[in-house]
Amino acid sequence: MLSIFLLSVFGIANLFLGFLKNRQVLFVSAVVFLLLTFVANLVEWSKPLDLGSIINNAMMTTDKTSVLFTAILLGTAFLIIPLSQNYIQDKEAQPAEYYAILLFSLVGAVMMVSYENLLMLFVGVELLSIAMYVLAGANKRNLRSNEAAMKYFLQGAFATGIFLFGIALLYGATGAFSLSGIEKYVAATQTPSPMLYLGLMFVLIGMLFKVSVAPFHFWTPDVYDGSPTLFTAFMATIVKTAGFAAMFKLLSTSFAPTYNYWQLSLSIVAALTLVVGNVTAVYQQSFKRMMAYSSISHAGYLLLAVTAFNERSLSAILFYSLSYSLATVSAFGVLMLVSAKIKNEEYSSFNGLAKQNPFLAIVMTIAMLSLAGIPLTAGFLGKLWIFISAFERGLYWVMVLAALMSAVGLYYYFRVIIAMYLKEPHNRNQDIKIEVTTPYIFALLLTTLLTILFGLMPNLFFGLIP
Amino acid sequence: MTALLLVLVPLVASLIVFFIRNQRAKIFALIFSLVQLGLGLYVVWQFNPLGGLQFENNLSWIPSAGIGFHLGIDGLSIIPLLLTIFVTPFIILSAFGRNFERPNVFYGLILLMQASLVGVFTAQSAFAYYLFWEGALIPVYFLAAIWGGENRIRVTFKFFIYTVFGSLLMLISLVYLYMQTPANHSDEAQVFYLLGLNSTTQQFIFWGLFVAFAIKMPIFPFHTWQPDTYTESPTPATMLLSGIMLKMGIYSLYRWLMPVVPMAFFENSFLVMMLAIIGLVYGAIIAIQQQDIKRLLAYSSFSHVGLMVAGIFTFQQVALQGAMVQMLAHGINVVGLFFVVDMIERQTNTRNLSDLGGITQSAPFLTVLFAILMLGSVGLPLTNGFVGELLLLNGIVRAYFNDPAFAVGIGAVAGLTLIFGAVYMLRLFQGAMFGEKTAVVAGFREINFSEAMVLVPLCVMVLLMGVLPNLFLKLSEPAVKDLLDFVIPRIR
Repeated sequence: MLSIFLLSVFGIANLFLGFLKNRQVLFVSAVVFLLLTFVANLVEWSKPLDLGSIINNAMMTTDKTSVLFTAILLGTAFLIIPLSQNYIQDKEAQPAEYYAILLFSLVGAVMMVSYENLLMLFVGVELLSIAMYVLAGANKRNLRSNEAAMKYFLQGAFATGIFLFGIALLYGATGAFSLSGIEKYVAATQTPSPMLYLGLMFVLIGMLFKVSVAPFHFWTPDVYDGSPTLFTAFMATIVKTAGFAAMFKLLSTSFAPTYNYWQLSLSIVAALTLVVGNVTAVYQQSFKRMMAYSSISHAGYLLLAVTAFNERSLSAILFYSLSYSLATVSAFGVLMLVSAKIKNEEYSSFNGLAKQNPFLAIVMTIAMLSLAGIPLTAGFLGKLWIFISAFERGLYWVMVLAALMSAVGLYYYFRVIIAMYLKEPHNRNQDIKIEVTTPYIFALLLTTLLTILFGLMPNLFFGLIP
Repeated sequence: MTALLLVLVPLVASLIVFFIRNQRAKIFALIFSLVQLGLGLYVVWQFNPLGGLQFENNLSWIPSAGIGFHLGIDGLSIIPLLLTIFVTPFIILSAFGRNFERPNVFYGLILLMQASLVGVFTAQSAFAYYLFWEGALIPVYFLAAIWGGENRIRVTFKFFIYTVFGSLLMLISLVYLYMQTPANHSDEAQVFYLLGLNSTTQQFIFWGLFVAFAIKMPIFPFHTWQPDTYTESPTPATMLLSGIMLKMGIYSLYRWLMPVVPMAFFENSFLVMMLAIIGLVYGAIIAIQQQDIKRLLAYSSFSHVGLMVAGIFTFQQVALQGAMVQMLAHGINVVGLFFVVDMIERQTNTRNLSDLGGITQSAPFLTVLFAILMLGSVGLPLTNGFVGELLLLNGIVRAYFNDPAFAVGIGAVAGLTLIFGAVYMLRLFQGAMFGEKTAVVAGFREINFSEAMVLVPLCVMVLLMGVLPNLFLKLSEPAVKDLLDFVIPRIR
């Protein structure tokens, strides 16, 4: 809870720091602000602070789960900010606004993981989404960036409408906005009104849209591709983690008794997402677009964990979002450096990277191995955990499909590795030595080491999960 | 002295070697692998065949879910472990003749591979085993893909996707088995053995696991990746693949298949044995017609694996013992033979048998060593190949003894491996060594000291195993007996 206040204050502070006209100060302040918030969030680990009316009116709660999710969100943001260092040097860039919007969007994300009332969930989703619409179009002179923002906004607004309508229907059926109120109604009523199911469906559609699950994924490739890579990394990690946390919270508290109603449809959607994400990713020529489809496929795995819905699901979602976020930040971080030099986001821009820039190549390799779920990386254990939780529920067919799809996933992740190690650079004379500045080294080293650390010693994280 | 140390030494060594950025990397790699050899021989020396699981490390990995990290050495592990540790220094030394680009990465990957292989052979808990199983694939993939021949990208990619596909089936099966264990679950092999699954479930698990192993070995019809990958890989990678890595699949039959799903193992034994025998005859026939000497050895390896697998599926103690000793023998022979082929290729720039001839005139010492390896591979008495093949054939005939006509028939077909083996190996030997000296062989030189240091110990081992097979059979005998005592009552 403390993190929401801090983030809001720091966001405004960052806006005002913009008057200094010194971009380096903004960068440093953003990093420091996030670090402070990260620490403040951990303070609430053992005992939530009493922060007055918001808690008292049961609008939000802080518990170990929400602290862990918040830590993942803030940690990911903390790793993404250093990657912005080159980007903000651009004349067109407006770092004060970017950093402020990023901090504000995190307020929304934290709300989504700690809400107790559907209205707070709605506010959280909107805060996060509106920030993302703006950031998708941050590259004002670029047509593709404009297109991305427009597409994201129009479709997102539509999804929000459905989402809000769903909340209204739920209110109509149950007379409550709070999770506990809805839970009470669901538990007490033998034959709930059809409005409840309709409302749940609409709310789920809204959420599934935000986390880009098929068939609500059509915006994803264009938006991810068109947005500046920095903000794509943000979208692919923060939005997804917060979205799944929120969805799981909603389903596991209020709607747990209606499991039979939503279980089948969600497992079909998960299977569809896995197939669409993985199979389409195979056909991409652009690395960034591939990452967009890969993020769809990872949404499928996460949704599988939600659908499995047992005591392991929560730890699976937590661990998977952590491992996915780490690897995705690495991948986009390297992409930003490479594409800044080569001016191209195709697979071929990675050709021969291992010879000139072994550090970047290794970071990218480990990220790809983790995304592909190869052992010794965190990605493997995340996948294993999802498989185990799906098995426990008896979702054999989705699980076997998921395993087959991860074999498909290997194909496109390894294309990058092959390009880096086995292909010759296009232009041998051209010096493609990429300058990697200290913040980059720091962020990429941290993501890579954490990926391996959690792959070897998952208990460091599993031990924390309540 | 524990199993974990045997994993950690090459692992740490590989990390050190990665940072030695010049040709000294190979010296360091060799030293580390010799240290590992010393440790390994000490373990074999201390090993008590009757003592069950020894040198254990039972660490907890994810305690809340009962997932452990259990390593240990018993009679089933000791032979493949010995093979891994004995052969690796020679694989490293054999690479000295070529100057590989970025030697630190090259030799580091070999050591990393060794660490994973030791892990596979000592893991007693399922997810640790899976971790090492996949961990062995990554280094060998990069070895083959970076330093391989012309078509390496396509060929190694096929190999990679193929094997990972198998591994995923295995992962699903292991997760299923894990979920069947009593509450809070466990992934210990010993717990899996006692699950007592019903027949249908066993069938599913059997195929999930067996396909993964069959791809790795490979067994007909899962072998299509193998000849290309063996041929395109740089020779040290080929040695790792055929010398040690295929033993991962065979070893896993003993540890992770036979006692876990005994009923299905028995029900499918005839089918698998037929596949294995088809493979062994088919591989041998293709080997006879090969002109490319590296490819010839690839097919011969495919053929030999068939016999080992057929033997394991007989449930006869002699055959299971034979496959054990044959694993060791085949690993040693094939490393030696691939090295000879590599030497020939390096000096003549060709692997085409019809271009070669008369090497013996310039290199008589090489001829002698090559002959020993070749005879070992053919299975001449007093060489290592003989012991294993004799036991395997004996077991196959015994398994069908109540139907004498069939037993003789299948024994004869399986015995073809000896005859065909003699045909293609002698053809290789004669074609390369004897006859008129051809143009490409003109400048051929006798082997030098470091090359002799690879071949002589291997040849000594070929003869030692042939003369004193009991030295090695003794190591695994009680464990194999216990395995069968455990499995046979559970067949029905």
